[in-house]
Amino acid sequence: MAQPFNPSVPIYQQLCERIKNKIIRGELKIGERLPSVRDLAIESEVNPNTVQRAYRELEESGIVEKKRGQGTFVTQEPDILQHMREQQKINHIRFFVTEMCEMGFSEAEMLDGLRDYLEKKEDNV
Amino acid sequence: MIQLEEVTKRYLTKKALQTVSLQFEPGHIVGLIGSNGSGKSTTLKLIAGLLRPTSGTVLVDGEVACRRICRKVAYLSELDAYYSFFTVKQTVDFYEQTFADFNREKAEEMLDFMKLDRTQKVRHLSKGNRGRLKIVVTLAREVPYILMDEPLSGLDPMVRSSIIKGLISFIDLEKQTVLITTHELQEIEPLLDTVVLIRNGVILDQKSVEEIRVSENLSLVDWMVEKYEQ
Repeated sequence: MAQPFNPSVPIYQQLCERIKNKIIRGELKIGERLPSVRDLAIESEVNPNTVQRAYRELEESGIVEKKRGQGTFVTQEPDILQHMREQQKINHIRFFVTEMCEMGFSEAEMLDGLRDYLEKKEDNV
Repeated sequence: MIQLEEVTKRYLTKKALQTVSLQFEPGHIVGLIGSNGSGKSTTLKLIAGLLRPTSGTVLVDGEVACRRICRKVAYLSELDAYYSFFTVKQTVDFYEQTFADFNREKAEEMLDFMKLDRTQKVRHLSKGNRGRLKIVVTLAREVPYILMDEPLSGLDPMVRSSIIKGLISFIDLEKQTVLITTHELQEIEPLLDTVVLIRNGVILDQKSVEEIRVSENLSLVDWMVEKYEQ
């Protein structure tokens, strides 16, 4: 069964995020072919029109390229991928900071907490 | 395109639909949602030409929907609609003989996909496999409109998942339009382009699913509850 979606964010955006994360994790490599619209639709149990929209969105930001008759491919441009990686980092940090602020943590507490966590995690490794 | 123009349907004294006007764009998967008895099935049956409106018109590609509209419309009933003494293969044979647009190759492919045993009698199939067989014979027809009345109800999660995957695999949205009634909103939501919300025979809203998420920040279930309570 397919991985569920967050109910309040558009599905095409969540698909974009999943694809970006796959690229960052290296599951999809530079220049690699993405699954066809139909295959991804079947795998994630979503409307093919939605997958199409996600691919279009990624194409507009240059992350993927459509080649006529061959399919959609991850871009070969390292700059774009580097920028995307950076952008994802900022997004995740923003999310973390916003949540922490809402719970009333100060900047110093966040930094300390983060440092502590990373040190302990290293010990475990 | 499917159009309903000021359609009212009464069963004796009970009003099932009240002056409903609707349009369905081609190439979309549309969900008809609403509580039990809200008029979802009546709407599908009117489009399939199985019922006649008390007043108003139902048009499919500009043609008034009567019994002969089944050339253009495949209708999946919520009830079991086949002969229980047939085997799976005989059921497919029967549909092939009944409908000129039946694609045997596609049906065979779907039987494999759904892992159905061709030699088994329909009577001996589990409810899940009867649900799968219904999907096979409905989707194997190459018609522009596919209507499905509660294709997921009462089925276990594995069957529901295989039906959803089957739907996506075997529908050609460049040529086909699908209308589904369902209560399994969470599962069906990612599949839909638009939803039509019905209450007591009246259309409350027709909207793009992604738009509900973007502009109202709501999932389909929450949106339906909110609209119903208004």
